[in-house]
Amino acid sequence: MTVGAPVSIAVIDYGAGNLRSIRRALEAAGAQVTVTSDPMVVHRADAVVFPGVGAAGAAMDRLRQLGLVTTIGEVVAKDRPFLGICLGMQLLFDHQEEGNTRGLGLLQGRVHALSATVKVPQIGWNRARWLQNAAGYNEAEEEDFYFVHSYVIEPDDLADVVAVTRYGEVFPSVVRHNQVWGTQFHPEKSGPAGLRLIAGWVDGVRASAATTRERVPA
Amino acid sequence: MKGLAPSVAAGLPETGPYRRIIPCLDVTDGRVVKGIEFLALRDAGDPVEMAAFYDREGADELVFLDITASSDSRRTMIEVVERTADQVFIPLTVGGGVRAVADIRELLGAGADKVSINTAAITDPGLIAAGAEVFGRQCIVVAIDARYEPERRGWGVYTHGGRRASGLDAVTWAAEAARRGAGELLLTSMDRDGTRDGYDLALLEAVAASVTIPVIASGGAGTLDHLVAGLQPGRADAVLAASIFHFGEYRVDEARAHLAQHGIPVRRPVS
Repeated sequence: MTVGAPVSIAVIDYGAGNLRSIRRALEAAGAQVTVTSDPMVVHRADAVVFPGVGAAGAAMDRLRQLGLVTTIGEVVAKDRPFLGICLGMQLLFDHQEEGNTRGLGLLQGRVHALSATVKVPQIGWNRARWLQNAAGYNEAEEEDFYFVHSYVIEPDDLADVVAVTRYGEVFPSVVRHNQVWGTQFHPEKSGPAGLRLIAGWVDGVRASAATTRERVPA
Repeated sequence: MKGLAPSVAAGLPETGPYRRIIPCLDVTDGRVVKGIEFLALRDAGDPVEMAAFYDREGADELVFLDITASSDSRRTMIEVVERTADQVFIPLTVGGGVRAVADIRELLGAGADKVSINTAAITDPGLIAAGAEVFGRQCIVVAIDARYEPERRGWGVYTHGGRRASGLDAVTWAAEAARRGAGELLLTSMDRDGTRDGYDLALLEAVAASVTIPVIASGGAGTLDHLVAGLQPGRADAVLAASIFHFGEYRVDEARAHLAQHGIPVRRPVS
């Protein structure tokens, strides 16, 4: 059993917004958390969380300045679990409608603005329905989460869509491709429902870290 | 999304994000001005304990307003926000004495998700855009204290805790604040504040019609029907309330059930 084994998670800090909540939520799930902008620390962690706030262009510029774009590509290539939250999820994709910025290109697909027929940004709680078992939830389960966003993602591969939500249109609220994960909502701001998702994801990290350690004996 | 079978979303809410219930705590020097009076909390004057209580009760968000906003009080507030963020995992807005981008950064770094800017948004309107550019507009709540002025046939905006008339028209200012980058408006009717006579619905409608960003209604909630009235289409997206919850008259879950009975989309009860 790997339950309870310590896992280290690097939370990427690029200088904007509240990182305390995600840190505490990951710690509540039993992870050892470092909030960092140091590529070496990100390299050493068992998993990486990329919380995004602010504008896409500014966030990408900052990541580039910090040398983190390359680092993120490397850890993802090694199949380390990587979770992008909100803007952090949108930046997983290459094509960003916002300001014609290019994202990280870790997932195939596009990002587009929410329809002008609804109030934008969407701010508040909305429901997500799971389409497959993942991140602590089972297929067909529904729960309410806290969203703050003006853009939504459109992955090329429908198999990557873990959960969907409706606001003006139906959009993916959780995605996953191998070990690259994204949530459009803020699990760290979604009360018990969000803490359950984080705990489920950290369990996956624990399993993945244990596998890696078995392959590479110390 | 193209490609997804329509059936995958069948039955999901179509009304957009749920309307929100937001308890508000007035804080001075790290203490709640009116603590919860009906519960045996270890320390009913501790904003952190009250925040944790409302989180358990299923509040959708929380607001802390520092009503003294002296520099000493602000430092105490930072520590309160940190302790709150360590145990409360719902969105937290903090306001009072926010004057500069550095103040915003400090509060967000402590664990606030949004800051509410009132007087400084008027004396230095560039602060709205500056804050939105660095942190995203979703972090920037512009608080508007409005009072009816018969000569204006409308509402004037007041600053400095409601003591000073700014000369601005509330509806015009709301639209300008939104244009400058506010993510939400926290709209308080000074005429109704403390009366428990209900929100100023005419004010809500006038402001909601002038912006596309969410409006939070504040000032006057005395019954659960007042919350229902404030959340009708064309009015507010969220309701702020203090005394009806602090005095234990109504619980947050009860308020949510009442809204649901009246057809207002709300979050599921927290199990």
